Amino acid sequence: MRTMSAEMPELPPLLTASGLTLSRGGRELFTGLDLDLRAGTALLVRGPNGAGKSSLLLALAEILRLDGGRIGWRDGDETPPSHLLAHATGLKASLTVGENLHFWRTLNGPTGLTVIAALDAVGLGGLEAVSAGHLSAGQGKRLALARLLVSRRLVWLLDEPTAALDASGQTLLGRLIADHLRGGGGAIIATHDEIAGLADAPTLTLEAA
Amino acid sequence: MSAFLAIIGRDLRLAARSGSEALTLVLFFVMVAAVVPFAIGPDPALLAKLAPGIVWIAAFLAMLLGLDRLFRDDDADGSLLLFRHAAIPLEAIVCGKMVAHWLLSALPLLIASPLLAILLAMDPDGWGRAALALLLGTPALTAFGVIGAAVTVSLKRGGLLAPVLILPLTLPVLIFGVAMAGTAEGSGAAALFLAAISLVSVAFCPFAAALALRVSGE
Repeated sequence: MRTMSAEMPELPPLLTASGLTLSRGGRELFTGLDLDLRAGTALLVRGPNGAGKSSLLLALAEILRLDGGRIGWRDGDETPPSHLLAHATGLKASLTVGENLHFWRTLNGPTGLTVIAALDAVGLGGLEAVSAGHLSAGQGKRLALARLLVSRRLVWLLDEPTAALDASGQTLLGRLIADHLRGGGGAIIATHDEIAGLADAPTLTLEAA
Repeated sequence: MSAFLAIIGRDLRLAARSGSEALTLVLFFVMVAAVVPFAIGPDPALLAKLAPGIVWIAAFLAMLLGLDRLFRDDDADGSLLLFRHAAIPLEAIVCGKMVAHWLLSALPLLIASPLLAILLAMDPDGWGRAALALLLGTPALTAFGVIGAAVTVSLKRGGLLAPVLILPLTLPVLIFGVAMAGTAEGSGAAALFLAAISLVSVAFCPFAAALALRVSGE
């Protein structure tokens, strides 16, 4: 399967961004940043705290307005073409695990796995009737990851995906990302940790502002 | 469409789980009307004359109660960020939340309004006009409330600011609402005005509120 993506170099990148410039609160985070993301690859974003890793992801998700530069998506007609996994997971404590996931599946389009299959895939099988408020932080993170599986989008923007995950959770994350990349997707991951299976992925290092 | 319904369903379900909110609203609504006879005296004729105004003031204040948590919880847990990144436009999501807010904060008042009619010595005709006026006018109150809540979502202590902000906008609703509920003659024109205000504000609100949410998220 890996050779398949190598055989299709003529496909334009999933995402091309050039000259990205962003400042927040009067502080310039980055200027003239270029990046592109090809199908089947991941890009790691590293840098010290406050270097603008999260802001870069929010800008790519078109939630923060850039001061300059442009972002081009290969599948620009799909709105939006990316999934965002941020620190705040958007889970409601008073809804059950299944209800939380079902809501996001309906809102973002049921284009991926079913709720049950996605919960099984992230190791929360059998917990769909449990209130999400009773989950641990790590289980909450797994549930947030399941949201990426129930609606298919080509690019995953992951902000510190390893936070709160245990050792098996880290392995699981690596496997989910690998599966996603094999399916022709891409991922941009802001992290301080090593992601399982992505040791040799290209890295973008942001300097401290 | 199913995504739009999912938004409404989620808010209704959250309200049902947290339990007492709709009940608090209704209790507040009934309480305001219950204390008025003690404050102005138990003269049935006077009460019946003031009743439309009292019903509207009670409804107005009760609907302001629930405004604060309209977007605040979603902002705190990150849902709002993901709403801006959903497959349907933020405007549609705001519209869904507006419908849910009406169902949770205005519909219970309508259902409780017969109780107010008894407390305020209104005749059945008067109650009918007041209930119809509430039905026509509360969508506008909801829409203005949603805009106010969206504008103040990023303010830490914005709880009281939203009601103050939307107060001038809601005064026409109050004026025509009381005029429609008050007397049989002239209530037709007031009803048309009330319906017009509701239609315009409900159509306009999702765009204004979504714009405010986008700006506050930056």
